[in-house]
Amino acid sequence: MLLRTLLLALAFSTAALAQDATVTIRNFDFSPMDVTVSAGSTVTWKNLDGEPHTVTSTDGIFRSGALDQDQSFSFKFDRPGVYKYLCTIHPRMTGSVTVK
Amino acid sequence: MTDSPDRSRRDALKCLGFGAGTVFTLSGGVLCATDLALAAARPPGAARAPFFVQISDSHIGFSRDANPDVNVTLEETIGLANALNPDFAIHTGDITHLSRPAEFDLAAQLLKGLNASELHTVPGEHDVTDGTGAEYFARYGAASANRGWYSFDARGAHFVALVNVMDFKAGGLGGLGADQIAWLKDDLAHRPASTPVVVFAHMPLWTIYAPWGWGTGDADQAFALLRRFGSVTVLNGHIHQIVQKVEGNMVFHTARSTAFPQPAAGDGPGPGPLSVPRADLARMLGLTGVTVARHTKLSDATLG
Repeated sequence: MLLRTLLLALAFSTAALAQDATVTIRNFDFSPMDVTVSAGSTVTWKNLDGEPHTVTSTDGIFRSGALDQDQSFSFKFDRPGVYKYLCTIHPRMTGSVTVK
Repeated sequence: MTDSPDRSRRDALKCLGFGAGTVFTLSGGVLCATDLALAAARPPGAARAPFFVQISDSHIGFSRDANPDVNVTLEETIGLANALNPDFAIHTGDITHLSRPAEFDLAAQLLKGLNASELHTVPGEHDVTDGTGAEYFARYGAASANRGWYSFDARGAHFVALVNVMDFKAGGLGGLGADQIAWLKDDLAHRPASTPVVVFAHMPLWTIYAPWGWGTGDADQAFALLRRFGSVTVLNGHIHQIVQKVEGNMVFHTARSTAFPQPAAGDGPGPGPLSVPRADLARMLGLTGVTVARHTKLSDATLG
C-alpha cells in the first residue's frame, strides 16, 4: 500500500514537471487571467491586439516592455509562489501566475 | 479679478457652447480652449494668436490601419500650430507609441518644426513602457530635474505639469502619488487665488470612464489644493477625443490626438485605435488653442 502510494506520488510529480503555458493578450484581457504552472516552467505571453500591452510584475520580478501586435514575451518561473502582474499601459488589465 | 463666480461660470459655459473652430472672448482671465481639427480652415476672426497650443498623443512609431502616416499628421498639426502663431506649445504625452529610442528621435525631429519658442511636455504611458521612463527623461527631463512634474509662469498665468502615468496601481486609474501632491501643495501655497492656473497631465484628471482607466485615482487631493483659485483650466490627452466639463471655476478639457481617434467610452472591448474612413480622419485629429482674450483690470482712485 505504501509502495503503491509512493509510486502514485512519483507519477504525479513526474507529470507535473515543466508544463509551459501560453497566455493570449486579446481584447484588453489576459487569457487565461490566472495560470498555474510547476516550478521550472516557462510562460509565454503573446499580444494579438492592435494596441500594445506590457506584462509587468507588480513585484518587479519581470517586465516585458511594450509588446506590439504579434510580439511575445517569455519568462521562466523557477520558484514557487503567486506572481501578480499588470499591463502598465492599461493597468486595469491584470493577471497572475501561480507556480507550484 | 473681481468677476462674480456666476459670471465666470456663465462665461465658461459660453466657451463650451460653441463647436470646434470657434474663437470667442471671455473676461476675467478665464482661459478659453478652441479645438481645431486638421480639416478645419482657420476660423474667421482668429486674428489674435492663441496664448499657447496643446498637442497630444502623437504616437510616433504607430503604423497600422487607423493611421499609417502618424508622422505626416503630426507635421500637419505642427503646420496648423505655426499658422496660429502661439507663444508656446505643450504636449500632453504619448509622444511615442512604444517608448523606443528611434521613435523619440523621430518625434523630436518632427517637433523641431514648431516655430513656437518653447515646448513643454509631460509623458504618457506609451512613453514610459521601459519602466523608469529613461528614454523620455533623457530627452525631456531637464524641466523637472527628471522628476516629471514641474511648473512655470507665462503672462501672469501659472502652469503646472503633472505626471499621472508612473504610479499605476493594478486594476486602477492613473496616479499622482504622495510626493507629487506634496510638491503641488508647496508650489501653490503662496500664490494669490486670482492667478489663472493651467494644469496639464496626460491622463484625464477627472474620472471619465473608469472601466477603461480614464481617470486619476488620487486627483481629488490635487483639486483640494486647486479649488481656491479663481480660474483653473485642466488640459489632458490620452483618450484621443474631446470630453469637457465645467465645475465651478474649473474647466476640464481633453484634446484630440494628432495620430488616430479612439472609440467613445465603452464602445468596444477597450481604448484601442479606431479605424475610420480615410476621408474622415482629418476632422478627428487636431490641436487645442488656448486664449486669454481679455483680462478685466480695475483701478480705484480716491478724491484726494
